[in-house]
Amino acid sequence: MTAESATTQPAAARPAIRVEGLGKRFKDLVALDGVDFAVPPGTVFGLLGPNGAGKTTTIRILTTIVRPSAGRAEVLGTDVVARPAAVRRLIGLAGQYAAVDPNLTARENLRLIGRLTQLPRHRRDPRAADLLARFDLAAAADRPVRTYSGGMRRRLDVAAALVPEPPVLFLDEPTTGLDPQSRTALWELIRELVAEGTTVLLTTQYLEEADRLAQRVAVLAEGRVVADDTPHNLKARLGTTVLELGMGEDPRAARAAALLTDRLRQRPERDGALLRLPSPDGSLLLMDVLHALEAERLTPRTIAVRESSLDDVYLALTGHRTDDRAPDPGTTLEGPPS
Amino acid sequence: MTTATPLEQPREQPTVDRLLAPVRDGLAVAGRNLIALRRVPRLLIFSTVQPIVFVLMFRYVFGGVVGAALHGVSYVDYLMPGVFVQVVVFGAVNTAIGLAGDLQTGLMERFRSLPMARSAVLSGRTTADLARNVFVVALMTGVGFLVGFRIHNGVPAFLAGGLLVLAFGFAMSWVFAVVGLAVGDPETATAAAFPVLAPLVFASSAFVPTATMPGWLQVFADHQPVTITAGAVRTLMIGGPLGTQVWQALAWDAGIVAVFAPLGVWLYRRAV
Repeated sequence: MTAESATTQPAAARPAIRVEGLGKRFKDLVALDGVDFAVPPGTVFGLLGPNGAGKTTTIRILTTIVRPSAGRAEVLGTDVVARPAAVRRLIGLAGQYAAVDPNLTARENLRLIGRLTQLPRHRRDPRAADLLARFDLAAAADRPVRTYSGGMRRRLDVAAALVPEPPVLFLDEPTTGLDPQSRTALWELIRELVAEGTTVLLTTQYLEEADRLAQRVAVLAEGRVVADDTPHNLKARLGTTVLELGMGEDPRAARAAALLTDRLRQRPERDGALLRLPSPDGSLLLMDVLHALEAERLTPRTIAVRESSLDDVYLALTGHRTDDRAPDPGTTLEGPPS
Repeated sequence: MTTATPLEQPREQPTVDRLLAPVRDGLAVAGRNLIALRRVPRLLIFSTVQPIVFVLMFRYVFGGVVGAALHGVSYVDYLMPGVFVQVVVFGAVNTAIGLAGDLQTGLMERFRSLPMARSAVLSGRTTADLARNVFVVALMTGVGFLVGFRIHNGVPAFLAGGLLVLAFGFAMSWVFAVVGLAVGDPETATAAAFPVLAPLVFASSAFVPTATMPGWLQVFADHQPVTITAGAVRTLMIGGPLGTQVWQALAWDAGIVAVFAPLGVWLYRRAV
């Protein structure tokens, strides 16, 4: 019991990933502006943020693809700038787009990665077969990847990252564009990996995803960490549901907002005749809100309770919506497809 | 209680491994590229149809006119070495297209996060394109034989000529590796290549002797690598005084690789 527990649950373990004052500048654009966080080994850490917040840049620095302009980053105690070749032996990366060769079969893709990560020859085929089975790709294993659906390619991409059994895994928006079923399956796989001791850093635009998977979440906005907490605390602070009340006319909405602030210590965001209240549990809050409003004959015309989107979290943390200053104007942000 | 817990420390690469890694990883990537070539045969077919059309056109349309200007050499024997060089020069664009494609699909990002030699993605591509050229040049030799091309100077010299063609193609692949990484998308790479390649191939002795070109053009045509290589290959295949042509051609190849290979690896390291 003694030796085992000491290795599996170190009391003050050195972080698997440590990032200190990380900065990255591309010409005039400041992508990262002093990012700090640490990821304990064997946990999932979520980087939450919209496009352009710096999530991918952080991952690319940690996976030695780009060099930081400032600060330090370490993977299992190895500096990514000083010893990039050593870091590459510790990591697996699955990027935003499925980075697999469309002309090779799934099996050939995995074998190639096995070869390039110096997996001994006799282990390449069994490893590929294992991963293909685990990612539900065995039936299509010998078909060229260009015949695959988007979800299958994405699964293969994650499988490719796992070929060398890396102790630290980076997943850049692993479920973007996946159907709900594949998303849930991938979440399950990530949980299994973590149970086996892998450390996972994943980026996501979905609050729900970070909540389901991560032990700790950092919210990035414009290259800075604006929150770094457990999903539980984050939710308590920011709410996971949003109550939307359509009050009909602006003056009614203003009165209702004042009333709710006064009676329920809620501070709704007013947008014309619409009130938004973030809350940990919108349907419970709904009862209180309706009672309070009813008493003053301020019955809402429309009522909706929805899951908080990243946009809502952003608004709460930064005071403006994600699309206010995001560099990519073509990007729309919404909750996970349901 | 802040004692460092034993985390996995990365293995250091032994020296032998560091020396072998570029070859080992380059071959792995080359194998991957050749699978793609086999699986998408149109890549190969389109790159052979055009030179075949060239052979037929030059042989039968211009052959009569040009042949009259050659002294005692049949035009088809003059033409084929030029065609071989033209095929590998135009074929080098495939190196740019392939690398730009890898950049676009994100595969390059993955390669850059793997513990593989930094040169392997490029050398794997140029090596695969070399293998492709072996096939294409062999095929063109067959086509040449069908239209009257013959071995005049013995098989060893003929094969040496073939090797010289392949060496030049390999050097040009490194030029286009740089182009592919610099422009970053296959369409631009194709578009950027033609205005550079056309003068290189046509303002040369590949298809016609340079003697009738205007003086200023002759100066360029006589000293550029396509003419030098075509001349050396022609002498090897047809026969005649060799002089230093072969060495000049090899010097060009070595010079091109010495400049463009490091440039390509440098671009690969910093490609975004």
